[in-house]
Amino acid sequence: MTTMRDWLLSDAPVSRRQAAWARRYRGWLLFRRNALAMLGLGIILVLILGAVFAPLLAPADPDTPDLAMRLARPSALHWLGTDELGRDLLARLVYGARVTLGMVICVVIIVAPLGLVVGSVAGYAGGWLDRVLMRVTDVFLAVPQLILALAFVAALKPGIASAIIAIALTAWPPYARQARADTLRIRNSDFIAAARLTGASAPRIILRQVIPLCLSSMIVRMTLSMSGIILTAAGLGFLGMGAQPPTPEWGTMIATSRAFILSQWWVPALPGIAIFVASLAFNLFGDGLRDVLDPRQG
Amino acid sequence: MLARVENLRVRFPTPQGWVAAVRGISFTLGREKLGIVGESGSGKSLTARALMRLLPRHAEITANRLEFDGIDLRDTSERAMRAIRGKRVGLILQDPKYALNPVMTAGAQIAEAWAAHAGGGRRAALRVALDLLAQVRIRDPRHVAGLYPHELSGGMGQRVMIAMMLAPDPELLIADEPTSALDATVAAEILRLIEDLVSRRGMALMLISHDLPLVSHVCDRVLVMYAGRVVEEVAAADLTRAQHPYTRGLLGCLPSLAKPKPMLATLARDPAWGEP
Amino acid sequence: MRRVKAILATLGSVAVTVFGLALVTFLIGRVVPIDPTIAIVGDHAPPDVIARVRLELGLNQPLPVQFLIYLKHLFAGDLGHSVMTGHPVTEDIARYFPATVELATTAIIVAMLLGIPLGVLAASRPGTWFDQWVRIVTLAGQSVPVFVLGLILLLVFYGKLGWAPGTGQQNVLYDGMVPRITGMLVVDALLDHDGEALWDALSHLALPAIVLAYFSLSTITRMTRAFMLDALSGEYIITARAKGLSGARILWRHAFGNIAVPLITVLALAYAGLLEGAVMTEVIFSWPGIGQYLTVSLLNADMNAVLGATLVIGCVYIALNMLADVAYRLFDPRVR
Repeated sequence: MTTMRDWLLSDAPVSRRQAAWARRYRGWLLFRRNALAMLGLGIILVLILGAVFAPLLAPADPDTPDLAMRLARPSALHWLGTDELGRDLLARLVYGARVTLGMVICVVIIVAPLGLVVGSVAGYAGGWLDRVLMRVTDVFLAVPQLILALAFVAALKPGIASAIIAIALTAWPPYARQARADTLRIRNSDFIAAARLTGASAPRIILRQVIPLCLSSMIVRMTLSMSGIILTAAGLGFLGMGAQPPTPEWGTMIATSRAFILSQWWVPALPGIAIFVASLAFNLFGDGLRDVLDPRQG
Repeated sequence: MLARVENLRVRFPTPQGWVAAVRGISFTLGREKLGIVGESGSGKSLTARALMRLLPRHAEITANRLEFDGIDLRDTSERAMRAIRGKRVGLILQDPKYALNPVMTAGAQIAEAWAAHAGGGRRAALRVALDLLAQVRIRDPRHVAGLYPHELSGGMGQRVMIAMMLAPDPELLIADEPTSALDATVAAEILRLIEDLVSRRGMALMLISHDLPLVSHVCDRVLVMYAGRVVEEVAAADLTRAQHPYTRGLLGCLPSLAKPKPMLATLARDPAWGEP
Repeated sequence: MRRVKAILATLGSVAVTVFGLALVTFLIGRVVPIDPTIAIVGDHAPPDVIARVRLELGLNQPLPVQFLIYLKHLFAGDLGHSVMTGHPVTEDIARYFPATVELATTAIIVAMLLGIPLGVLAASRPGTWFDQWVRIVTLAGQSVPVFVLGLILLLVFYGKLGWAPGTGQQNVLYDGMVPRITGMLVVDALLDHDGEALWDALSHLALPAIVLAYFSLSTITRMTRAFMLDALSGEYIITARAKGLSGARILWRHAFGNIAVPLITVLALAYAGLLEGAVMTEVIFSWPGIGQYLTVSLLNADMNAVLGATLVIGCVYIALNMLADVAYRLFDPRVR
């Protein structure tokens, strides 16, 4: 009687599928030993659940003002108190997870494939195409991400959609750089030469051989960059260039309640803590993931 | 006796449990030339490095006896070890390309080795370095002293390495595969140089190599290691009369110009060699 | 000769990057929904005035021609006028930039003096509680939003403890008292031998500098640790130990000696990254620097000012990168 565990840890896998799952399982065993990374994973799961089930979890409607209850202290009715318009803070925080995670997912969905394609094509093709594409990434890397994003948003129109586009436009170059470096390493391998000898076309080699091998470092970069995206999104919101009130976005919430920092400090502090915890979770998770998937990087 | 080792064991922790790399080695070393021969992974380098306590932090060393010149090395403080390393025991590593510090000049690295123990000034140290470079037969010491490791050829780099390890004038020189990274002709020169310097200074030599004929040519006595154990100890002169099948197998694999064979021999391993 | 060629190649690529950056800011400027003409003459200008200004601005020319005009102005140091202040943008930037430099330089010095030793020590004892602690502190530093940290420090040290002065670069008492020489208040107060003003400037600088320093301390520490771990696994470390050298000498002379030059690149990047952190910090602490200028211009849709500031920050960023590259070539024997 063999258990699932035995099947996964077998020294002699009989199929590719078994070998692949065995590798993932060993990675998981290694990852599980990292307490901080597990903490990060736990927080991320809680955030996702909170975002998905926000309508069930939130004790009140996040957008209904109650001016009689402005800036209330935490109480049985409002566990975390209320904001400057008397809205329940806990409800706004929970709904804020939706906004933040939604923005993060949108940015990553745009950026990761774009960077992967640009980087692997540049690395595989080499020559003038490589030079042109890398110059373009240089230009985007030449300005701090937040500042370029600010300029983009200013040119569009402040709002969640513009913020997503602006962050995406400024976030793809590091992905492309990474994918290019990985591709350069892979390009001269024998199995690529073999694939070429069998007559595989360049797009096919990039798609079937190069990109799958770039994925693990790409995943690590994705999780680590998510914390940066959270910070940039919150920063744009704080500067009034991202989500607009009354959207319960954490950065925007801080901006509107900033004036109360010295009197009702928890009103701006709570969304601040939320941003910090979410960003830290992705950093811890990505850090642990890197140790498992991409041990070459420091 | 310069060194005395009894039942030395080295093991490393891995996710799958402990892995023993050296499994109960005993030997003594006088003012002689001792060769340690074995394939990679047989534990020969670890044995030599255990004698200088230069193993990675996570390695676990146990021994009934581990002595250098009567000093028990098992519980010596790091500070006391520093007085032995370099000063009394020198270590030559395999590849000067990696074993020399890439951002320090050859002269500075030699001078540092001398100054660490003799404690003289910069100028005196540099003079010693130039003198040592001449001793390892470098033609233009002044020029070479100012070069960085990547500007040196393999043979030159190994000469610098030797000069560096001779600087504090140690009693024992451990050479860990000193010629494996070099071309055959350069290797012969380097080996002659080591042999010559050791004899002239009356030092003991521990030569570690996978090359049995080379070791037997230089050394007085040879330890043959296999899978973390000494399987045979034999005087170099008696090598042809070696008993153990592993040693005999190794000798049998050597191609010979005098008696050419149509096929190169390979070694048939017996799992019993690895057992106690 | 080889070195000259390499430096020329670096300069060439820098020129291309700056050109690309100018193109990006130009294009952003052209997709703005606000008509730049309206921004100058106002909403209620008669149509013939609008048409005349459009002609003057070259807005009815094809885009490539407009870009050439834009480049020509750039070369003449003309970034247009700020609608908000009414001054040329270059003049504004020259006025606001020194305060940012003052803040960022203080921060990078603090971050460097703390971050490098922390990273080196953490790498010298990996896996210990010290290493874990450094890991947590630096990960937290990379996760905390600069504006949140700034607000919390203000709350605690100004609001609750009263140790720090409020926001701004100086107390209103000293406003205009210190002659402006460099624009960096601390330096100017020093040059003026005004002890009280110097103390006032320093105490105003402390909190924002700490916020920014923590921001880049994390990066510097983590990079130093990673570089050191790599260096410490080198064979030459075994050689150094076999020579009988002391632990400190092995750590600092041999291992750190090998990462010192690559670290210059990290420091340059961290300094450049501070320009980003400065935007948030300056907003929180009402620090009259370029970040403050940029955000106020943003809120007023003053595109000339926004794009000018972006372009200048980008050029500083590029220049710092180039300096790091040159330093690498000059100081590292391996590439010399």
